Amino acid sequence: MTVRLGGGQGFYGDGHEPVEDLLAAGVDYLVCEALAELTLAILQKDRQRDEALGYTRDLPLYVHQALPWLVDGKTRLITNAGGINPVAAGRAVREALIAAGAPQVRVATVVGDDVRPLATDLGLPADALFANAYLGARPIVEALAAGADVVVTGRVADAALFLAPLVHEHGWSWEDWDRLAAGVVVGHLLECSGQVTGGNHSGAWWANPDPLRVAFPIAEVAADGSAVVTKPPGTGGMVTFDTVREQLLYEVHDPAAYLTPDVTADFTAVAVDDLGGDRVRVHGARGAPAPTTYKGLVCTAAGWAGEARLAYSWPDAEAKARAALSFIRGRATTAGVEVLEWHEEYFGAGAFGGPTVGRARSDRSVLEPPEVIGRLAWRTADAETAARVSHGVGVLGLSGPPTIAGTGRSRDGRPTQLLAVEPFAIDRATVDARVRVTVDET
Amino acid sequence: MARIQLRDLCGARSGDKGDISDLSLFADDPAAYEAIRAAVTAERVRAHFGDLVRGPVHRYEAPNVLALKFVMHDALGGGAPRSLRADNLGKTLGAALLRMWVDVPDAVAASAPRRRAPLHR
Repeated sequence: MTVRLGGGQGFYGDGHEPVEDLLAAGVDYLVCEALAELTLAILQKDRQRDEALGYTRDLPLYVHQALPWLVDGKTRLITNAGGINPVAAGRAVREALIAAGAPQVRVATVVGDDVRPLATDLGLPADALFANAYLGARPIVEALAAGADVVVTGRVADAALFLAPLVHEHGWSWEDWDRLAAGVVVGHLLECSGQVTGGNHSGAWWANPDPLRVAFPIAEVAADGSAVVTKPPGTGGMVTFDTVREQLLYEVHDPAAYLTPDVTADFTAVAVDDLGGDRVRVHGARGAPAPTTYKGLVCTAAGWAGEARLAYSWPDAEAKARAALSFIRGRATTAGVEVLEWHEEYFGAGAFGGPTVGRARSDRSVLEPPEVIGRLAWRTADAETAARVSHGVGVLGLSGPPTIAGTGRSRDGRPTQLLAVEPFAIDRATVDARVRVTVDET
Repeated sequence: MARIQLRDLCGARSGDKGDISDLSLFADDPAAYEAIRAAVTAERVRAHFGDLVRGPVHRYEAPNVLALKFVMHDALGGGAPRSLRADNLGKTLGAALLRMWVDVPDAVAASAPRRRAPLHR
């Protein structure tokens, strides 16, 4: 028997169209991984505004997408979208199911990862915004064994979301380290959605087939832990030796000892065989007992950031951008604004790569860039201080270096309304007749 | 021996865990893997990144996928939610490593398979 897992989400805000393709292709489990390290901080801010929030708000959308398959019992949904508030997330899922006329779909909620109430006992900062332990696969397996169709968790190790259904379906023992490691390999390959199917590929990315429709991945996992990673038919992207090995090592630190809550996995024992036709077989993972501790992540406030971006044209674009950023810094210093940290970057002239760029530029003759965007970021103790620095930015328009330009309408892609203006002529008398001058007689 | 830039020899992917940048370098055949294993040491990588990486750099080998892994500490300006860098996740650091020039056997340089993207204007 093989179990078919679909990697339905790689972050909060991921695409939904590829999920349709996974469901249409048929998966036993749709697994949605919603939590990057940063995500809990965003969700914590949500919950501070509203106690009923704190989970990723597109969760009901995934439930609606999967609904026909959930109702038929063909697919089960596992997700850590519960974030900082899995109880509220579970409630939202149940409400969505009832509203959709499917109250029979059973929802399980996993809690216990939130250790902020224990902060003092654990020696963590009392003002922690969140403090969570990365749970393993066990509580999810428990939920599946209890008949859950949807499992909603908070912080769970990403790969454990995928390991759980494999343990449940294949009946793997919690001491069968090689099988558990194999499950972690599968989970690790699928947890970043499109990153194993052609996304972020450092090879011939320009040859990625149908790049507008990069698929999300499917793993067909046998009882011995060997698996084929593939994608739904008729979709874009690709699954090759290159795309799989790049994801295999992604963010694992020591590949011979990848630490997870359920097993310590040796990824250097994994064989990656490209079978062709967007099918790559992975097998041979080795496992050892899991660490004796869980990994935790604690978050505290770290000040406020301000930012300015200013574009300058050739000639001397970089010199002008540097002068502009010095202008803003100098004004803040003169005004006595307390800035804890400054950070300068010059887009188009080596914003990324730091000193590695300098060496490359001295290696060859480099053309003077046609334009440069200078970016200045600063850290302060509070928001008001950060805003005070910004006062200097607008002044640059008329008092700074020449050829200043904008860097775009909005930082985050939010729509802005456009306005059209046209000049016209109007008879003077028409206007003059409307003119009234009133002087208050006091 | 021949001098070659890593961009013509390898692929790379980088990610983050807290203030740690986690970077992998992928060779395309066993000879190229042996060449980068000899040339791209943790010390060279540490020097390559200069003050962009403030902590130690550890190297791990994954010969099964012809890859080297570099784990670079204190490398992201305090970690993604705290960093003032535009690339607070260090996604460009893999590319930055590909800027490194290395000496490799002539045969390895001659068969370097990495192609450049076509530029349509």
